[in-house]
Amino acid sequence: MALLETRGLTAFYGDFQALYGIDTVLEAGETVAIIGANGAGKSTYLKSIAGLIRGPAESVLFAGAPIGASTAAEIMKRGIALVPEGRRLFPSLTAEENLLIGRYGRDAPGPWSLERIYALFPPLKARRNSASMTLSGGEQQMVAIGRALISNPRLLLCDEISLGLAPIVVRALYAALPQIKAAGTSVILVEQDIVQAIKVSDRIYCFQEGRLSLSGRPSELSREQIHLAYFGT
Amino acid sequence: MTVWADALIQGILLGGLYALFAAGLSLIFGIMRLVNLAHGDLIILAAFVILTIAAWLGLDPFAATLAALPIMFIVGFALQQLLLNRTLGRELLPPLLVTFGLSIIIENGLLELFSADSRRLHGGSIETASLALSPDVAMGVVPLLTLASAVAVIVALNVVFYRTALGRAFRATSDDLEIAQLMGIDHPRIFSFAMALAFVVLTIAALYLGMHANFDPTAGPERLLYAFEAVIVGGLGSFWGTLCGGIIIGVAQTTGAQLNPEWQILAGHIAFLAVLVLKPRGLFPRATD
Amino acid sequence: MINAEPTPTATKSGYRIETPTPESQAASVVALPFVVLLAVLPSFAARDLVEELIFVFYMVALAQCWNLLAGYAGLVSVGQQAFVGLGGYLLFALTIMAGIDPLAAIVLTGAVAAALALPTAVIVFRLRGAYFAIGTWVVAEVYRLIFAQFKQLGGGTGTSLGPDITNTVAGIEWIKSVLDVRTPAARDIVSYWAALALALGAILLVYVILRSRLGLALGAIRDAEDAAESAGVDNWRVKLTVYVIVAAATGMIGALIYLQKARISPDAAFSVLDWTAYVIVIVVIGGIGTIEGPILGTAIFYLLQRYLASFGAWYLILLGALAIAVMLYAPKGLWGYLAERYGLILFPTRRRLVIGGER
Repeated sequence: MALLETRGLTAFYGDFQALYGIDTVLEAGETVAIIGANGAGKSTYLKSIAGLIRGPAESVLFAGAPIGASTAAEIMKRGIALVPEGRRLFPSLTAEENLLIGRYGRDAPGPWSLERIYALFPPLKARRNSASMTLSGGEQQMVAIGRALISNPRLLLCDEISLGLAPIVVRALYAALPQIKAAGTSVILVEQDIVQAIKVSDRIYCFQEGRLSLSGRPSELSREQIHLAYFGT
Repeated sequence: MTVWADALIQGILLGGLYALFAAGLSLIFGIMRLVNLAHGDLIILAAFVILTIAAWLGLDPFAATLAALPIMFIVGFALQQLLLNRTLGRELLPPLLVTFGLSIIIENGLLELFSADSRRLHGGSIETASLALSPDVAMGVVPLLTLASAVAVIVALNVVFYRTALGRAFRATSDDLEIAQLMGIDHPRIFSFAMALAFVVLTIAALYLGMHANFDPTAGPERLLYAFEAVIVGGLGSFWGTLCGGIIIGVAQTTGAQLNPEWQILAGHIAFLAVLVLKPRGLFPRATD
Repeated sequence: MINAEPTPTATKSGYRIETPTPESQAASVVALPFVVLLAVLPSFAARDLVEELIFVFYMVALAQCWNLLAGYAGLVSVGQQAFVGLGGYLLFALTIMAGIDPLAAIVLTGAVAAALALPTAVIVFRLRGAYFAIGTWVVAEVYRLIFAQFKQLGGGTGTSLGPDITNTVAGIEWIKSVLDVRTPAARDIVSYWAALALALGAILLVYVILRSRLGLALGAIRDAEDAAESAGVDNWRVKLTVYVIVAAATGMIGALIYLQKARISPDAAFSVLDWTAYVIVIVVIGGIGTIEGPILGTAIFYLLQRYLASFGAWYLILLGALAIAVMLYAPKGLWGYLAERYGLILFPTRRRLVIGGER
């Protein structure tokens, strides 16, 4: 049984339709990348899985259970953690408190403890008691990822973690992904940086204007195919 | 000279009472951005609960308050869970108007149950006990206890907010409701806990209110105003700020009373308006708001 | 939707902005005779009815004012009693101490209330949302406590208007001769017409404002405050203007109320229950953010008051519960529900864009 499955997933913002029947599959242990232009529906897809956008129960299945209509808090407790777009750390909490709050709803056994997260992202240890808004963009992104990992999720959702960060910082962040994968966490990454996405993922899906335009393994797809799927012309 | 020193000291002690009124309000503003127009009436309700328990069980006010705390905790939780959670959202009017309606209901409900007579919580000999600082200046034991309790409550609130997981959840929810959900925080439940906690605080405030002065079913709104003034003067988001705010309003009142007893309440309001004009965000506002 | 070619009718006849609806056109036909009926009513109605209608008229006026402030400008004030009491006390001061004719004093009160509203607003606007609400309450308390200090006006216990003032209001003699009534009845009739004028004036004021540029700005602020600001609306100034206008109107209404009651005290004049709680209940039940709502709400409130007020505290508990229930289940009030259900609009203020000849 696949770890995650979406069946005919649709999503609306008021009258505007952002997703038109998305069918995707993720097997346990996989890292899947979602690529596509701005506004293609990638973030919407992640939010729908995470429960920030709700729809018919059967549209999203997690380990066979229908979660499409569940609340974000319920979904988090089942073991899906979202690293939201723009980091969205809590300003009133320090870096370490932001990490700790990640396991408020779910304190599950697993590899990701506070120490292990500091080992994954060494710069954070020195800044653990700083107000979260005083951290650099890269450090904030590390906290955001750590905050999601600390609940030992079975599935980690990453929404544009490279956004607004310098290439050298992005490379450092992506260097962490293999370690996350090695620890057994499945990952869905939404990325605009196609190069990075392809490097770390087992499979990719390409979205275009709310629809799936391509899916497959990076090794099997040509540059032309990806270009066409991404831009549509 | 000692008259003014006395006014200052009495004002600080009175400030402790106002800080107690304000602490519950501050807690609720801070976490769920709810302005509870019934706050003052809830303090009065708590005072009547204490009075009733004391009468039924033949207890002194302190023991009666201890017995009242769990009851008020549950009432607060239920009120938020069943009614107030349904008013929260983006709209300004529903929580305002619902709590206003609640205020009318509580006041008149109390009038029906208890009549308009003035009441007092009688503490016995402790009421008249005092400590003499000097031959001319004395501090009542009850006002001292009030101030001490206010400080204790604020220390406790700070511990909860800054040293516990629940407090982290409170702060996170107040920062960003959507992302707090991603942490598995069930915000309606968190809000209900917060309200229950606020009810505990306001019950303690009610104990000291009842021992400080007479109260009747219509005494709520005035307490709401003092509480509100203390919170705004102190600055939103800081419990110690609320204590300072309470003390400032208290001192303003006693100073005004020293000039002319009829000016006591007016002096407090004027001090509030002055701070509002000069420092609109209060004296110790939280950096992020 | 952008088409490739322009629609033919658009280039020929352009566009226009329309506001009337079939129902509003029907209503305007009925309105004038109805108002005339109300105006001549004192010539044949019993004195009791005249007095009850005075109450209805000034409550409608107060409700329209509060609705403009809260329903359209987003300024939820729980302190309008400040201006009611101010108006009442100013009336007493101007007539007793300056010998001005009461009707002229009512008008003067509006000006003074507006003048005092300016500094009041500057202070109170430092607060927003619900904090603003309580801030207005504090201000009302300040007004009350200050006026309670004026011994010349009775201090804390208040004072009355003597017959030397109440019997010499302009128009009383004329009414006595034309309608053949005694002085007390004539006094009531003068108050009645003044109240009717204020009620109609308030409704007209709100309607005119909403149809004006100020109304456009208010609509924008109501829908999306930040967007309005970036579109060039000076939010602060718009709100200040509305606040001052409403203060002036409320002051005049307060002056009339206390001319009619002829007795004033700080607790009564600045009563939260009479001048804010009841008004809020009226607007909420009738329908906030509409002109028809406060009128409907006052009618309902009048009936509730007439038949249930004798139940004292239970009546007030009922009102509170009713306000809560309406807020939770029908936030647009009775008129809002009817308007949505049947598409009714009697006071059309929404501007519809009509392109060419289509609707």
